[in-house]
Amino acid sequence: MAGTGSPVSPHEVASVDDVIAALADQSYLADEGLATALFLALRLRRPILLEGEAGVGKTEVAKALATWSGGAFVRLQCYEGIDAAQAVYEWDYSKQLLHLRAAEAAGTTEGVAVSDLEDELYNERFLVRRPLLQALSATSEQAATPPVLLIDEVDRADDEFEAFLLEILSEYAITIPEVGEFRAEVPPVVVITSNRTRDVHDALKRRCLYHWVDHPSVEREVEILRLRAPLVPLALARDVALVAAELRDMGLYKPPGVAETLDWAEALVLIGADDLDPEAIEFTVGTLLKYREDQERARARGFGDILSTVLGA
Amino acid sequence: MPVLATAERTLDRHLVRFADALRTAGLPVPLVSTLDFGRAVAEVGADRRDGVYWAGRATLVHRPEDIPLYDEVFEQQWLGAIDRGRPAAVPSPVTLLLDEPGGGHDDEGDPEAPDGDALSVRFSRAEVLSARDFAECSDDELAELHELMARLRLAGESRRCRRMRPSPRSGRLDLRRTVRAALRTEGEALTRRYLEPGERPRRLVLLLDVSGSMEAYARALIRFVHAAIVGRRDVEAFALGTRLTRLTRELSTRDPDAALARAADAVTDWSGGTRLGDGLRCFNDAWGVRGMARGAVVVVLSDGWDRGDPAVMSEQMQRLSRVAHKVVWVNPLKATPGYAPLAQGMAAALPHVDEFLEGHNLESLEHLARAIIRE
Repeated sequence: MAGTGSPVSPHEVASVDDVIAALADQSYLADEGLATALFLALRLRRPILLEGEAGVGKTEVAKALATWSGGAFVRLQCYEGIDAAQAVYEWDYSKQLLHLRAAEAAGTTEGVAVSDLEDELYNERFLVRRPLLQALSATSEQAATPPVLLIDEVDRADDEFEAFLLEILSEYAITIPEVGEFRAEVPPVVVITSNRTRDVHDALKRRCLYHWVDHPSVEREVEILRLRAPLVPLALARDVALVAAELRDMGLYKPPGVAETLDWAEALVLIGADDLDPEAIEFTVGTLLKYREDQERARARGFGDILSTVLGA
Repeated sequence: MPVLATAERTLDRHLVRFADALRTAGLPVPLVSTLDFGRAVAEVGADRRDGVYWAGRATLVHRPEDIPLYDEVFEQQWLGAIDRGRPAAVPSPVTLLLDEPGGGHDDEGDPEAPDGDALSVRFSRAEVLSARDFAECSDDELAELHELMARLRLAGESRRCRRMRPSPRSGRLDLRRTVRAALRTEGEALTRRYLEPGERPRRLVLLLDVSGSMEAYARALIRFVHAAIVGRRDVEAFALGTRLTRLTRELSTRDPDAALARAADAVTDWSGGTRLGDGLRCFNDAWGVRGMARGAVVVVLSDGWDRGDPAVMSEQMQRLSRVAHKVVWVNPLKATPGYAPLAQGMAAALPHVDEFLEGHNLESLEHLARAIIRE
């Protein structure tokens, strides 16, 4: 495994295996389905929409892609009521007002046409670039590799914003009325995530490639634990992954994600538990199950019972 | 742009046929997606194990619920054509089957039929998984009622949202409009413009019980649900039977007949058994608690007969009421003289309900419309 930077750049990947290997270099273990979807997104230069339970590593994919490519990582966290001023651009109004005052004090505003004043104010130096504009205004000299644009939790934004996003993603261009069009010289790699609290509009989905990110298999989770938490002994990592898989089958309110199993494994190492026993689970269950009801359900079944089920054979 | 140029000719035909088969099976596949699929297969390579499968998953499937259908059609179409070793494990997070098909793991010997109950309702013991034809029951009266329902205003109370709007009063300074105005007065900001938080209606979530005991009412109430969805924005609808079916898409067609026909197709357990508690659990897990019910007005349209464990019902209603702004329960039987909420499910749910209303006729639905608006 190469330490810094993979020899293959994201847009030059030749096969799905390249994607798997390059992401593994960035400590991200992708399964074949996710890797194929990413490979296609890179090759076809299309945005990719990742949906899945919280904590399965949707956001991490974008970060891994960015470190792999060496391109800038631009993140837009969506929330209710987000609009163009927060997502695309805004004018620096205080600066504009100051500029007007300064011009006035210098006596240069007299006899100047309003349209000329406007031209002066709506100049790029008063433009505040928000994430979407940042991602689109990278020039080829600035960055040899395209930036990675993460549009996180798009389901939190309202549908007006989605329509707006669609417009930008289909052209990779934004028009600012006072200045003109910004068109990406290098289209960014776009990763959109959704927790599925509501359906993303069909038109946006059609524009994107789609992948449902599932919880990892036990073997993969062991690999992830070994990679991300090297202090966790192999035997413990395996037991942790097995218990996590069993808990995911119990129909809990919030089944543990990869983030939780990582926390849990590290917590177990911290309290000095070399292997799993009911007592160690009792001490650390708060890192794994985040609902009181879920903890009670697991307790009611008995940590000992869960352990003997998964480790019994 | 040569779309399928690099794919082999024989494969082209396979790909198009596969997309057609998906359409026939009921998966909406736009032409654009078929072209994407062709390009995707060309990139991945058709000889690669699982390559075609995942290329199709990324381009033709856009919802996790469609994955089982995709798998089925894939098996039919490509088995033998391409060696795809293992069947992929795929999630189906939304349509959760509560019953094994044909298998009754339920409390078979449980004799708790509502004996001696004055109400002429019965459980349908076996799940009747037959697609109900709405066309048969839509007589003139129902159609007429439907029109009246469409006039009910379900505006819903509004809540503050994060989107700002111009305000005539003072509030947060709107620099954008202030600067614009300053340009008219030679750069002097004489008039200041302000912003205030906007308002939008709370989301309305309708959960309609379509079990056998509700049959007589569900026919009319589904029209009410349709009228609500068409009448305003941000309404979500689900059918609760032995399983949970999301109806928002099906019912968003404006044409009532088409909408009801599509809903009838979608609900496979129309007039089947009653599993309210489990249905609510599915709703909470897959949609409600994740965000849909948060701050929303949730209306349950049900008679409260539940075959399952009342403890489940109670627990799920509690979960729902913790995230929802208001929970309204509409029970068509409430209007019956001498009615008391004795049904186990109903009794378990009531402590977590903000408003308990009738729902047996149009007048009572007008009460409901008012209850939704009222704080």
